[in-house]
Amino acid sequence: MTALLKVEDLRVAFGGTAVVDGVGFEVRRGECLALVGESGSGKSVTARTLVGLTGDGAAVEAGELSFAGRDLRRMRERAWRRIRGGRIGFVLQDALVSLDPLRPVGREVAEVLAAHTGLSRAARTARVAELLAEVGVPEPELRARQLPHELSGGLRQRALIATAIAAEPELIIADEPTTALDVTIQAQVLDLLARIKSEDRSLLIISHDLAVVARLADRVAVMKDGRIVEQGPADRVLRAPEHAYTRALLAAIPAEHTKGTRLSGPAEAVRLARPEPGDVVVRVDGAGKSFRGPDGVARAAVRDVSFTLRAGETVGIVGESGSGKTTTARIALGLTEPDTGSVEVRGRAWAGLGRAEARTLRRDIQVVYQDPLASFDPRYTVDKVLAEALAVAGVPRERRRERSVELLELVGLDERHLRRRPLHLSGGQRQRVAIARALAPEPAVLVCDEPVSALDVSVQAQVLDLLDDVQRRTGVAYLFISHDLGVIYHACDRVLVMKDGQVVEQGPVERVFREPEHHYTRELIAAIPRLTTA
Amino acid sequence: MHGALRLVGWRLLTGLGVLWGAATLAFLVLHLTPGDQAQAIVGGENAAPTPEVIAQVTREYRLDEPWYVQYLLHLGRVVRGDLGTSYRLHTPVTQAIGEQAGATLELAAAAAVVALALSVVVALASAKRRRWVRGLASGSELVIASIPSFWLGILLLTVFSFGLRLFPATGSHGFQSLVLPALALALPIAGVLGHVLREALEEVLEEPFVISARTRGQGDMAVRLRHALRHALVPLITMTGYWVGALLGGAVITETLFTRQGIGRLLLGAVNAKDLPVVLGVVLLSAGIYVLVNLLVDLLYLVIDPRLRDAPAPAARTAVEGSA
Repeated sequence: MTALLKVEDLRVAFGGTAVVDGVGFEVRRGECLALVGESGSGKSVTARTLVGLTGDGAAVEAGELSFAGRDLRRMRERAWRRIRGGRIGFVLQDALVSLDPLRPVGREVAEVLAAHTGLSRAARTARVAELLAEVGVPEPELRARQLPHELSGGLRQRALIATAIAAEPELIIADEPTTALDVTIQAQVLDLLARIKSEDRSLLIISHDLAVVARLADRVAVMKDGRIVEQGPADRVLRAPEHAYTRALLAAIPAEHTKGTRLSGPAEAVRLARPEPGDVVVRVDGAGKSFRGPDGVARAAVRDVSFTLRAGETVGIVGESGSGKTTTARIALGLTEPDTGSVEVRGRAWAGLGRAEARTLRRDIQVVYQDPLASFDPRYTVDKVLAEALAVAGVPRERRRERSVELLELVGLDERHLRRRPLHLSGGQRQRVAIARALAPEPAVLVCDEPVSALDVSVQAQVLDLLDDVQRRTGVAYLFISHDLGVIYHACDRVLVMKDGQVVEQGPVERVFREPEHHYTRELIAAIPRLTTA
Repeated sequence: MHGALRLVGWRLLTGLGVLWGAATLAFLVLHLTPGDQAQAIVGGENAAPTPEVIAQVTREYRLDEPWYVQYLLHLGRVVRGDLGTSYRLHTPVTQAIGEQAGATLELAAAAAVVALALSVVVALASAKRRRWVRGLASGSELVIASIPSFWLGILLLTVFSFGLRLFPATGSHGFQSLVLPALALALPIAGVLGHVLREALEEVLEEPFVISARTRGQGDMAVRLRHALRHALVPLITMTGYWVGALLGGAVITETLFTRQGIGRLLLGAVNAKDLPVVLGVVLLSAGIYVLVNLLVDLLYLVIDPRLRDAPAPAARTAVEGSA
C-alpha cells in the first residue's frame, strides 16, 4: 500500500508559540488513521493544516507534506481550491454550527458539486438527493430544502458528511464527527463512516474519544502537547499501550470495570469507606411538566417521574437530549414548578413555600452545571464567588475566609486560588470551584447536571474522583445527570433511564446495565462504543 | 408564513398607535403654544384683523368648542388626510408637503443607495485583511462619520463645484445637481454602517460554517458573498432606524446648503415662520415613514433569517435584537 497522505516533521506555530511540534504520520489508501488527543494537543490544527486552512497568523513548516504525490507546502490558493472538497473532504464537528444556518442543507451539498463537477444545475439537484439518501437522510428531496435547525442533530451531521463525500474525494478528514451527538445517533454516524471507509476511501479521524476511534481506526496516533507520543495499529495501541500517557488516558475512561476504583491514579490518603445510604433527602412523586411550544401546542417535557434519593447515595439520570433529564433536575431543585405530582427535599415540599422559606430550603439542595465558566461572574475572583455563596448560607463575615479555604481544600485546591478569576483557571479547576461553591451551604443534596461532559477525559477522571471523595467525607447525596453511560455506571448507585420525558427503567446500576429490562435501555447500551481492554 | 402574517398585523396595530400619538402631540402643541390660534391663522402677530374676521375664523375652525370636541375634530381631520392650511403659504399642508416630497425622496433614495453600496463594498474588501487595509478603512470611516455634514457639504462644494467645476453648486433638477448633495448626505452614514458591517463580517468569518465552506473548495470572495454577507446584514438592518433618521435629519441641512427643493427646506422655512401646521404635518409624515420602515425591516428580517419565521411575533423581534 502506498501512502496517500504523508506528513513528516510538521511544525505549526501561532505568534511564536508552537502548537504542533514535529508531527509525522501517513494515511494509506483505504486506511483509517485516528489522531487522538485531549484539548490543546494540536490535533485539530494538524487536520486543518492538511487542507491549507491552518488559520490567520500561523507559521507552518514541514519536512514533508504531500498528498497523492503532490507537495502541499508550495500549493497555490487556486490549486488548494481544487483539492479541498474535491480530493480531500472535511467534516467538522457539530453540524449545527458547521452548516450555514441561513441556507438550506441541499445548497451546501450542491455547492461542492458546482465547484468540483461539471454537472448541470438540474443534475446537481438530483445528485444532492441521491447523496442525502446515500448517507441515510430520509425524504432527501424535502430535507434538501430545509434549514439546518429544522433537522435533528443526527440528520445534520449526515448532511454535513454528504457535503464532504459529494465530489468523491479520496481522503476524508473528520474532526470530532460525533462529539455533539447522542449515543444512539453517534453509533449510526460511526456506521456511516465505516461504510464510507469500506468504499476504499481513506479516512483520518480526529477525536478525543478513544472508544469512538476503536470502532473505526486501523491505526491510532496519540497526540499530547503538539507531539505524537505513540502510534501504531489500533489493536496494539488500545490494548497494549506503550506510552505512559496512552495508558493513563485509557485508565481514565469511566466504565463498568472502573466502578469503585479511582480513575485518576491511586489516592494519596487512606480512603474513607462509602457511607451507608441514610434518610430520604429527595422524594419526587409523579412529577409532570408541560411546556408550550412556539406553535402554542403544549408538550410534556416530563411525565409521571417518581424517585427517591437517600443521604450518601448517588442516583443517576441517563437519557439522550430532549429526554427530560434537565427538567427533572429543575423540578427537584424547585426551579420549575411541576404541573402534577409533588417534590420534597428533606421532608419539605417546594409547593406552597414562601420566598424566605424557599430560600432556606434551597441551601439543602445545590447544583453544579456543565459549563462552570458560564455560571460564574467573569469579573469575580474565586474569593468573591465563595464569599457570596457563604453569605447566602448565613456564614458570618469573619468566618468566611476560613471556610473558603476549607472548601477549596475539600475540592483539591488551596488558598492560592482565592485571588484567581474563573477565566484564568483550567476547565477542571473551574469545575472544582463550582463544586466548592455548591458545597458552601453544606447541602444535603448536590444536583450535578452533566458535570464532566465539557471536560477532557483525564480531567473528567479527576473530577469524578473528587465527587466520590467529597461524598465519602461529607455524606452528601448526588443526583447525577449524564448522557454518558460509562460515567453513570462508574459514579452511580442507582439509575433512572429516561426517554421522551418518562422513566422507562430504574434500579441498581449493575442490574440495569447487566440485565436491562426495557428495550430502550438495551438499545442505549448496545450503542456505546466500547474498548475491550486486555 | 403564519408567523409573518401575525407579525405584520401586530406591527400595523402598533404603527397606528404611534401615528395616533403623533397626531395627539400635534394637537397638544397647537393648543398649548402661547398666542391666539385664530390670530395665527389670519396672518400672525403683524396682521391686524378686525374683531369680525377673528370671530368668523373662530366659528369656521370651531375654536369656540370645548377642547375634547376640538381634539376629536382634529383626529377626524387627520384621518381624512386634512392636515390644515399653512399659515405662511396659505395652501393646504398636504399640498405643500406633496410638492416638496418628490425632491427629498430622490435625494434620500440616492443617498441610501450610495451609503449602502459604499459600506458593503468597503466592508467586504477590508474585513479580516491585512492590518493596514483594515486600519485605513476604519480610520477613514471614523473621520467621515465624525465630520459635521454641513462642513462635509462645504468641502464637497469647494472641491468639486467651485474648484473642479464638475457639478453645479445649487439646483434640484437633473442627475448632475443630485451628486454632491447625495454624497454629503450618504458619506457620514456610510462611515457608520461600514464600521458595523465590517465588525459583523469579521465575527461571521470566524464561524465554523465559514471554515466548512472553505474546506469544500470555496474561494475567499465566494465565501464572503455567499455565506458571510447575509449574516452580516442583520445588524445593518437593525440599524435602519438610525440611518433613516439620519437621512431625514440630514436632508434639512443638505437641502439648505445646496439650496435644493424639498421637505427639509420646507420644514426649515416653516419653523422660522412659526408655521405650525406645516411643522406638524412633517412630524406626522416622519412618524408615518418610521412606522412603514419598521414594518419593512421586520419583514426583511424574515427574508434574511428564515429561522425567525417559525417564531411568534413578539419573540421574533427579541430573537433578532438578541443576536444583533
